[in-house]
Amino acid sequence: MKHLTEYRDGETAKRLAGEIARQVTRPWAIMEVCGGQTHSIIRNGIDQILPDQIEMIHGPGCPVCVTPLEVIDKALAIAARPDVIFCSFGDMLRVPGSEGDLFKVKAAGGDVRVVYCPLDAVKIARENPDREVVLLAIGFETTAPANAMAVKVAHDQHVDNFSALVSHVLVPPAIRAIMESPGNRVAGFLAAGHVCAVTGYSHYRPLCDQYQVPIVITGFEPLDVLDGIRRCIIQLESGTAELENAYPRVVTEQGNVAAQVLLEEVFETIDRNWRGIGAIAQSGWRLRDAYRSFDAEIKFDVSAIATRESTLCRAGDVLKGAIKPNQCEAFGKQCTPRTPLGATMVSGEGACAAYYNYGRLVPLEAPDVQAASAKVAEQA
Amino acid sequence: MADDSTSNTPRDHGDKTIEFSGLVCPVPLQDYPNIILGHGGGGKLSADLVQHVFLPAFQNDHLAVLGDSAVFQLAGVQLAGQRLAMSTDSYVVRPLFFPGGSIGDLVVNGTVNDLAMSGATPLYLTAAFILEEGFPIAQLKRIADAMGAAARRAGVAIISGDTKVVERGHGDGCYINTAGVGIVPDGIDIAPNHTRPGDVVILSGTLGDHGMAIMSVREGLEFDAEIRSDSAPLADMVAGIIQVCPDVHTLRDPTRGGLSASLNEIAAASGCGIVIDETRLPIHPTVQSACEILGFDPLLVANEGKLVCMVPAESADAVLNAIRSDKHGSGAAIIGRVVADHPGVVVAKTAIGASRVVVAPIGEQLPRIC
Ligand code: SF4
Repeated sequence: MKHLTEYRDGETAKRLAGEIARQVTRPWAIMEVCGGQTHSIIRNGIDQILPDQIEMIHGPGCPVCVTPLEVIDKALAIAARPDVIFCSFGDMLRVPGSEGDLFKVKAAGGDVRVVYCPLDAVKIARENPDREVVLLAIGFETTAPANAMAVKVAHDQHVDNFSALVSHVLVPPAIRAIMESPGNRVAGFLAAGHVCAVTGYSHYRPLCDQYQVPIVITGFEPLDVLDGIRRCIIQLESGTAELENAYPRVVTEQGNVAAQVLLEEVFETIDRNWRGIGAIAQSGWRLRDAYRSFDAEIKFDVSAIATRESTLCRAGDVLKGAIKPNQCEAFGKQCTPRTPLGATMVSGEGACAAYYNYGRLVPLEAPDVQAASAKVAEQA
Repeated sequence: MADDSTSNTPRDHGDKTIEFSGLVCPVPLQDYPNIILGHGGGGKLSADLVQHVFLPAFQNDHLAVLGDSAVFQLAGVQLAGQRLAMSTDSYVVRPLFFPGGSIGDLVVNGTVNDLAMSGATPLYLTAAFILEEGFPIAQLKRIADAMGAAARRAGVAIISGDTKVVERGHGDGCYINTAGVGIVPDGIDIAPNHTRPGDVVILSGTLGDHGMAIMSVREGLEFDAEIRSDSAPLADMVAGIIQVCPDVHTLRDPTRGGLSASLNEIAAASGCGIVIDETRLPIHPTVQSACEILGFDPLLVANEGKLVCMVPAESADAVLNAIRSDKHGSGAAIIGRVVADHPGVVVAKTAIGASRVVVAPIGEQLPRIC
């Protein structure tokens, strides 16, 4: 992986940061949509080398964080059944539901297994014909094709003891929801490169036009993120609102067409709840009728579950960019990565965990954007 | 030494305070009513068990030091100034055989290394087996042969043992516990709380090889090149270090929880801050890319043949050379320094010239979703 060092070079990073500083004349709030980018920003300290006027707002793009509580609770209920082998990606195991997490279910005797590829869950189902095997199929457009493939393979090969608890979410409706939320301060977006690698990006153009907001498709390495910010700032300073692809080594305009065909065949778009944010119209996928017999929610009838969310947790405000994680009252007190109240503290890519883990030496206050802009106005 | 900003100031961090974003954790530590896998991960959950279950029950000064092994004198017995070191460890690794070694090497090297980290010359080991009904004797023989070979390599003898068998389904094939004793030479006093501001941090080689070797076979993941465990005995390396620097302050082998757990333990025990330079961390490229793919941090991944040491700045070059001349230390590097600032906190300088806090892991690392 030689390219890693190539996109982490300290000198180039400083040059990019210098160029950004020369371009900026006033404060801007930019949102990186994807949790992977949030992680990269905090882990590498990108925010520390940016000029003060640039405020990075950490968006809702962490699949672990935005999976609704009721889905976690359904997962816990299904995983606790003695007839079930419950398969999940590793980082979902510590996400708190109303009562405990998948680790607790596992310790209490539930057969919970970590898989690296959704197709492994189908394999497990084939190997255990007398058990029900359930895959927790969550995530954005990035993880959806592999989950769709698992369902399709199970369908085509009649692996009827397999099912999926599906809760996929989509990026463009989230961008729309943020732009339309009252008090929105986001002036530009870094869109998630991996998502666009699957879906392509032409459908982002109407968002730029409608909201007059620049959207730059950005990768995850430090230099990718810095370059995304640089391009976003150049647009903002010159008053343009274009769609730009800053990640051409991975993303093409048409995306992965085979994956899109598969997604279209297996999933249909529906309204979805986002944890901490609420319902966003047409922002998720569920299985189409042809595949409904593989829908774990129907198979196990878990519709009547009552959820109980922490009253302290402000993950929704964090995900919308209204507050920084360390402005939440519970941050680092009642809520830490070992005692998470919200999913944003659980996932390594969650904004609260990223702040807690890597940002413990950053000052408590978020940059005061209004004061900064008043100062700039004074100087002008 | 190559690091420029080393200061030899005594421990003056007492009057300095630092803003930790209001960090306090008032929540009682019993987050889980039952044992979960993470309690064995070498991170904070493991430490919880020690702090809340074992220490209060066992209560004694040797245990309270929380070293890799306990160093003590036998009451009334004169050993010409020498002291004994004693350590124990249990091994539940899966799979039992992996690229670069087996549970047999691990049990010997692991206990030898725990003793060596207190500066002891390891002498005798015990071995206790918990076998599952149905376990193939041919495999047990392979394991025993590996143990014998590893013991001879490390210059120790396995002088006592025990075997128990549990019913089928009540074990995982083969668990092994080892205990060991060694002798600490007169005048050698190595412990995590001896770390001082100004010390140089030296790592003996690449990070994460063992953990990723186990991951790759356990999960059937294939990478560009085979990743081999670094399992190795380190007593000779430690002897070499002590020869050039009898005043070595702290030694630790970063096993479960990785370098991050070890550095955080040392920072906590000594009340010093530690700054490491991320660009200087030796990491094998295949291990690096495997970690990237799975979303693992190499700082948190287990090693079985590496040590990290804190030595006075004036001895740093000599110690580095001593480690490099050992056959398990060719990849050694100076990776950071100990500071009086931010007591108890480990900070990494990142490649782009910023910094971040390196936290101790909670339980086990979890492969991430995307
Ligand atoms: S710090 Fe914890 S309680 Fe506060 S918003 Fe984040 S996850 Fe919720």
